[in-house]
Amino acid sequence: MNGIHDLGGMDGFGPIEYEPDEPPFHEEWEARIFAINLACRAWGKWTLDRSRHTREQLSPLEFLRDGYWERTIAPLETLLIEAGMITREELERRVEEVRFSRRS
Amino acid sequence: MSKHRHNQPPSEAALRVMALESLLVDKGLIDPAALEVIIQAYETRIGPRNGAKVVARAWLDPQYKRRLLAHPAQAIGELGFGGLQGEDMVVVENTQKVHNLVVCTLCSCYPWPLLGLPPSWYKAPPYRARAVRDPRGVIKELSGLELAPEVEVRVWDSNSEVRYFVLPERPAGTEAMGEAELAALVSRDAMIGVAKVSAPR
Repeated sequence: MNGIHDLGGMDGFGPIEYEPDEPPFHEEWEARIFAINLACRAWGKWTLDRSRHTREQLSPLEFLRDGYWERTIAPLETLLIEAGMITREELERRVEEVRFSRRS
Repeated sequence: MSKHRHNQPPSEAALRVMALESLLVDKGLIDPAALEVIIQAYETRIGPRNGAKVVARAWLDPQYKRRLLAHPAQAIGELGFGGLQGEDMVVVENTQKVHNLVVCTLCSCYPWPLLGLPPSWYKAPPYRARAVRDPRGVIKELSGLELAPEVEVRVWDSNSEVRYFVLPERPAGTEAMGEAELAALVSRDAMIGVAKVSAPR
């Protein structure tokens, strides 16, 4: 599929932002989503190609706005929902519960 | 990893990940202990020190180097490395005449068993867009290395089937060094191809 992810040769993105001695993760949640992704993949409910295809469904706006780890969240949610492992409703309910519990 | 900032509310991304994890744990679909094992592995064990060991061995043992170039997955397996994103690898050798550079224009493919997880710049648009169009400029921007015009630059675009790994040139002045000493000279960036390995002064 062509799309915004197909960046090879494009102009206009500016200088490369290089961070010396960069750690694998900058925030706790980045490490968590990485590990959750791997652990869920182990169920074998989707192929790598399916996973790529799902990632490529992100809109160009989201793709350019979000960082790498942000861009892995929504596709994993979609794969889990399409595989029947969770539902959108229970996920959104849980997000609101977590949001409420963290507010204070 | 940076510490939790308890005095700040979590970001939207952090909230969603917390929610997803708790839902999956409640359903018995993931085990928090397994997540810890995965994170630990990529924070401590699986990183560019592995690739550096492979490079040092290849510099010292010509037969190992031949095996590494011919059958990378088996050769890195000899040193105990392998697994996810290292199943199908191609090792490309830098010489006086050829300099190789690795990119993944489509996403973030990278030889995890040898280099760990890729740095942010490798996954971000500026490098992915420009590495294939102006590799010499990108190399100079990242490491200051200016390749001579007569050196051929080859750019390898990784994908989910094949990962590329650069075997850098052994620098002059390192003839007396042993494997561990040599490995300590080899940087992650040299194994991506955006830098060279230099001898200690």
